[in-house]
Amino acid sequence: MKYIKFLLAGTLFGIVMAKSEAFSWYRIQEMFRFQAFHMYGIIGTAVILGVIGVAIIKKYKMRDLSGNQIMFYPKDKSTMRYLIGGTIFGLGWALSGACPGPMVVNVGYGYFAMLIVFFFAIVGTYLYGIIKDKLPH
Amino acid sequence: MLEFIQQPWTWWVSGALIAGIMFLLLFFGQSFGFSSNLRTICAASGGGKFVKFFDFNWKTQIWNLVFLIGAVIGGFIAHQFLSNGQPVQISENTIQDLAKMGIAAPTSVQPDELFSLEAVLSLKGFLILALGGLMVGFGSRYAGGCTSGHAISGLSDLQLPSLIAVIGFFIGGLAMTFLILPLIF
Repeated sequence: MKYIKFLLAGTLFGIVMAKSEAFSWYRIQEMFRFQAFHMYGIIGTAVILGVIGVAIIKKYKMRDLSGNQIMFYPKDKSTMRYLIGGTIFGLGWALSGACPGPMVVNVGYGYFAMLIVFFFAIVGTYLYGIIKDKLPH
Repeated sequence: MLEFIQQPWTWWVSGALIAGIMFLLLFFGQSFGFSSNLRTICAASGGGKFVKFFDFNWKTQIWNLVFLIGAVIGGFIAHQFLSNGQPVQISENTIQDLAKMGIAAPTSVQPDELFSLEAVLSLKGFLILALGGLMVGFGSRYAGGCTSGHAISGLSDLQLPSLIAVIGFFIGGLAMTFLILPLIF
């Protein structure tokens, strides 16, 4: 039962990805071609509200459901891993038209071809795990 | 009301809801980052026996797998009950650019040229999907997160690494869109 809230949050996420059309290959192409405001509006709104909300959570030391203070952990300082990793991610995002979340939303929507994309995303993650220590981080 | 919901949702409604989902997860004691699931799946399938990176207590991440299942259900609900069946309304410029590559104007959510059974069963079509997925999976773990973890959660916390990752997303996305896609199609 403790997981039901995550199931509902995920369901809301899936509906939003679908209804915002952010899970469409066409929308990702339109975004990378800078031909519409739509995707920038979605991400921009989320980030602006996110920045305000996170600042408020920190200022008032707000707590989560279990009463623990909500913490934010700074990510490791580095440039190479974020730039190279991010670039590889972007290549895949523009090719398949989906990042990991929207992949599974597509599957639920009935685009079963996305199962191939998702399966290979798992393979890609596994591959990273194998050669991780040989890569610049 | 239903008719209203069945239309595509405006950008600011969608953006606000995504921020809301991020805050919900924080309130539930977790954080919004979808690609972690890929690593969890590797670990849950026994990857930890062979690769140290997957040797961790993945059971603490079950909440995120449940979130993933929810996302599938959300996609199903959106299609069955909340869709008016209209094609994606992308800009005329994008339609013309895609036409030059032989990709027809939208008739639904996804192009048949990539996601139809016929496309999937062709070698080229299969490789496109497989390589796309491979790069997303490899890149997101290398960069330590995807759109949700970096572009939404990380930027909301004003983290420089996330800004660098998002710049990377765009370097890769633009290179694919303008340099590589024209060679493929």
